[in-house]
Amino acid sequence: MAKYLLLKHYRGAPEPVNGTPMDEWTPEEVEAHIRYMGDFAAKLEASGEFVDGQALAPEGMWVRYDGEGRPPLTDGPFAETKDLIAGWMVIDVDSQERAIELAGELSAAPGAGGRPIHEWLEVRPFLAAPPTVTD
Amino acid sequence: MDAPGLRELVPQVLGVLVRRGADFATAEDAVQEALVRAISTWGERPPDDPKGWLITVAWRAFLDMARSDAARRERERRAAPEPPAPVPAVDDTLQLYFLCAHPDLSPSSAVALTLRAVGGLTTRQIAEAYLVPEATMAQRISRAKRTVAGAGFQRPGDVRTVMRVLYLIFNEGYSGDVDLAAEAIRLTRQLAAAVQEPEVHGLLALMLLHHARRHSRTRPDGAIVPLAEQDRSRWDTALIAEGVVILQAALARDRLGEYQAQAAIAALHADAPRVEETDWEQIVEWYDELLRFTDTPVVRVNRAVAVGEAHGAPAGLAALAEVDPDAPRRDAVAAHLHERNGELEVAARLYAEAAQRAPSLAEREHLVRQAARVNQVLRHGSPREHGAG
Repeated sequence: MAKYLLLKHYRGAPEPVNGTPMDEWTPEEVEAHIRYMGDFAAKLEASGEFVDGQALAPEGMWVRYDGEGRPPLTDGPFAETKDLIAGWMVIDVDSQERAIELAGELSAAPGAGGRPIHEWLEVRPFLAAPPTVTD
Repeated sequence: MDAPGLRELVPQVLGVLVRRGADFATAEDAVQEALVRAISTWGERPPDDPKGWLITVAWRAFLDMARSDAARRERERRAAPEPPAPVPAVDDTLQLYFLCAHPDLSPSSAVALTLRAVGGLTTRQIAEAYLVPEATMAQRISRAKRTVAGAGFQRPGDVRTVMRVLYLIFNEGYSGDVDLAAEAIRLTRQLAAAVQEPEVHGLLALMLLHHARRHSRTRPDGAIVPLAEQDRSRWDTALIAEGVVILQAALARDRLGEYQAQAAIAALHADAPRVEETDWEQIVEWYDELLRFTDTPVVRVNRAVAVGEAHGAPAGLAALAEVDPDAPRRDAVAAHLHERNGELEVAARLYAEAAQRAPSLAEREHLVRQAARVNQVLRHGSPREHGAG
């Protein structure tokens, strides 16, 4: 088994095919999308492949150490930051092929006009613990 | 024996151990061990004397723990090696409430310690409820116990700190296999039976009145159903009746506080068989009372909603104009009031902005739905039912 992170971006991913903003969809299309996402997570739980799924607020901040005895420096959010993560799903699957298959399915979530959004999702393998048998 | 029955014994057993000379931190671990063993071994057939069983097992566990640690020898000597036969019939549960809500504890630590030592939940159940690893929750509880180690078990604390902890348990957290809201009600009921403080009864009434709406507050898929659109026939009338009686008795004692005021607002909603029959003017008056005790942006935002219903959307918007622009949910309420005022373009934009700032996924999805609905009206002009923000 190997764990994969499926990353969804607010910004930074290539344009999806069907990228109309959600608040411009019809209420029925919004419902259909939310139902699809819920069903997808439920299906992965049932198959024993779901680990975690979280959504992030669009606005955050940057923080760094600013020297001994000083409070941390905060800045941002920066509108020009190219990459902005919207949320993720962690899956535990048997193969990279399976991870790609599931990401493809998630990207098919319906959007405006009930057609798939074709959203680009980033798929990143976790670095695993070293195996016990090494020779 | 059902789970709440078992949980009720936990603070009593813990009190017995502490009275026998066990230190609180070790005794609490010992009771937790006895509790976990009870859950795994009792099954369908609990012992005839569940409390006695728990005391015996917890005491043995305590002695093992005390013996296993050389540094604890002194404590072991002080504690009687064999359990003294008669235990004074004192209920120490109230002392435990104060200790677990000690003002030196952070809110998350106080919540975790209260749920374990007073609530009788296992570490795993608490960890699941707050979506953290079990080891993390175990550490949080150990640290909390070290923090209160020096605090006396006998000294009464401030009941307001206890109320804040119980309110947090009621209001926040996810659902594992334990219903935190129901657990908070059980703990508040127990507290209300022990102290004559009208605010504790106000808090209990507040919880009961909100819990009465739990089945109508969300759709089966988790989507939020606003108060105005809830199916009121699904409200739990028995809980409402109980909440109202408790609230009236508290109010009659003429020592108003924030929980009684909030409960009064909840009672006025519960009293309206249809949303159109809501007594919004009286609700505004209760918000004014509430502001006297707790003047927060959140209360002011909620008050603006009531003002909008009582005196029209422009009055609501005027009330909202005085609230901190960064107040939580302010955009969502502004969107709702603008929609009621017929300014659909503004409303649609504000719903979309509010969705961006929503603090939970359910609220975000609710607000996106509102934006989509208003935008559809703008496109087609179809007269659709107005939803609440």
